[in-house]
Amino acid sequence: MAWLGHFNYWIFVFLMMAGFYTVIARGNLIKKIVGLNIFQTSVFLLYITMGKVAGGTAPIVPEGGSEGVVYSNPIPHVLILTAIVVGVATTALGLALIVRINEAYGTIEEDEIQDIEESGDKKERAT
Amino acid sequence: MIAAHLPALQIAIPLIAAPICLLLRRESLAWAWATFISWVVFALAWMMLEKTLTGGAFNYELGGWEAPWGIEYQVDAVNAFILLIVAAIGAIVMPYARASVNREIPEHKRGLFYTAYLLCLTGLLGITITGDAFNVFVFLEVSSLSSYALIAMGRDPKALTAAFQYLIMGTIGATFILIGIGLMYQMTGTLNMADLAKRLPAVEDSRPVLAAFAFFIVGVCLKLALFPLHLWLPNAYAYAPSVVTAFLAATATKVSVYVLYRFVFTIFGQSFSFDVIPLESILLVLSLAGIFAASTVAIFQTNVKRLLAYSSVAQIGYIMLGVALVTVAGLTASILHIFNHAIMKGALFLCMGAVYYQIGSVKIEDMNGIGKKMPFTMFAFVIAGLGLIGVPLTVGFISKWYLITAVLERGWWPVAVLILLSSLLAVIYIWRVVEAAYFKSGDDEVVVEEAPLSMLIPIYVLTGASVYFGIETSLPVETAAEAARQLLGIGG
Repeated sequence: MAWLGHFNYWIFVFLMMAGFYTVIARGNLIKKIVGLNIFQTSVFLLYITMGKVAGGTAPIVPEGGSEGVVYSNPIPHVLILTAIVVGVATTALGLALIVRINEAYGTIEEDEIQDIEESGDKKERAT
Repeated sequence: MIAAHLPALQIAIPLIAAPICLLLRRESLAWAWATFISWVVFALAWMMLEKTLTGGAFNYELGGWEAPWGIEYQVDAVNAFILLIVAAIGAIVMPYARASVNREIPEHKRGLFYTAYLLCLTGLLGITITGDAFNVFVFLEVSSLSSYALIAMGRDPKALTAAFQYLIMGTIGATFILIGIGLMYQMTGTLNMADLAKRLPAVEDSRPVLAAFAFFIVGVCLKLALFPLHLWLPNAYAYAPSVVTAFLAATATKVSVYVLYRFVFTIFGQSFSFDVIPLESILLVLSLAGIFAASTVAIFQTNVKRLLAYSSVAQIGYIMLGVALVTVAGLTASILHIFNHAIMKGALFLCMGAVYYQIGSVKIEDMNGIGKKMPFTMFAFVIAGLGLIGVPLTVGFISKWYLITAVLERGWWPVAVLILLSSLLAVIYIWRVVEAAYFKSGDDEVVVEEAPLSMLIPIYVLTGASVYFGIETSLPVETAAEAARQLLGIGG
């Protein structure tokens, strides 16, 4: 039953692959961003899991000294706060780009955008 | 006083300057400010290189927190040299930017453009200077996010899809790097690079470390556009504003190569990277495949910026080939080519920016007879193009000379033959532009003027450098050799 002990890591791997698959397989740009988000979120889970110490508590010195108190490692949490901010910024930028792409092409489906770009190239060559 | 805080100022100045740039509402003020800052940054980078070459490597503890608890900046010959390249290109490109940006970017976005440029500069310098693994990720995202925004400012709507594609690929790469760093932290409990290098050998055989290495290398290779992970690069460079293309092509992928050096050689160590994992053969095959595939594709491009972008992918191949040799000579060639390629590609993309400024296109068929109409710009293009081919008396020759010597030193003569053959491919794609510019007659009735002086001077500074450093090679060669020795931990 050792694998059950790594429950969090299995979730991490599942979310990572699900997100990654969505980014690659979906043609809709919004769905790609959603996939990317899931992919990034899975890494947050990885970091937070590695910070957990069995029986550990929040790293605050209790009244009467910290003797014998087990703490969880706070550093991965802090690191992941930064990564969350990065994730939000990436999502915002991605969505802003999608808005502009929608204005320029009138669609957010990858294959339709490709068709429009290719037909534009052909027209240019013809003239 | 300033000398003691050089490393912190190097990052803090452009970082603080960026929001100030946003507050300067007038476009001319924003430009003047960004130009001033990039020259200050260049001066600081120069002082730091001097300091490392005379006094050796030094550390800087941010906020006085002692490493490995606090974040530490470490400057040695390797990253001081890369810092200088990034800062120099940034400083040379800025005077050029005014005219080009005014032509290509709508007025209300120009202030934002310079802000994003300063942030991108900060990010690239930060990746290079930091001695903390997680800090690399943070600065990587600072530079990446701002470069997505910069690329999306291109005039062609294709710039938007190119930026989106880069955003997807870049974020996947950065997240892989994040996973790699996380696994390293899990096994060692430290993020400081020097500390990681000490602690990793003890847990080297464990599976998480192998996974960390794999994630990290794939992520970095995505960022540095090693074939076949280069798919984001051609469109991003082709449709970005001219200034952005010149700046990113000369610096962004180079900084990622530096990250690879740092982790492969300093942190994981040569024996782990090349003996435990067959990185040598992987890099050798991919870089040779990249050189040939990208050069061949470049020959068939009609858009010259796209052509040069594919050539950049091929040049990354040469740089990585030097890494695959795992010798001092190979690494010297690799670092040297980073410097030389930054000069040549910077010059070539600036020339294309000048052409775009005058005729509004960078397609080969629109450039017929342009050699007569814009003689100075196209002359610079030819000189820098000769460098790309590797003709003697240019920097390109120096790079290839050192690379081939290093390859022969390992006894890989078929690889040396392949390098020479690949130069012929460069002859073909540069020739296609030269042919259109000089040997085809354009429409004589269309009057095209030479580019303004503010664009020509930066072009000629870089072109001049590409000839100067092709003859007087001591500065780049000696610095690169010293950097290579430090990376491999030989002498000092």
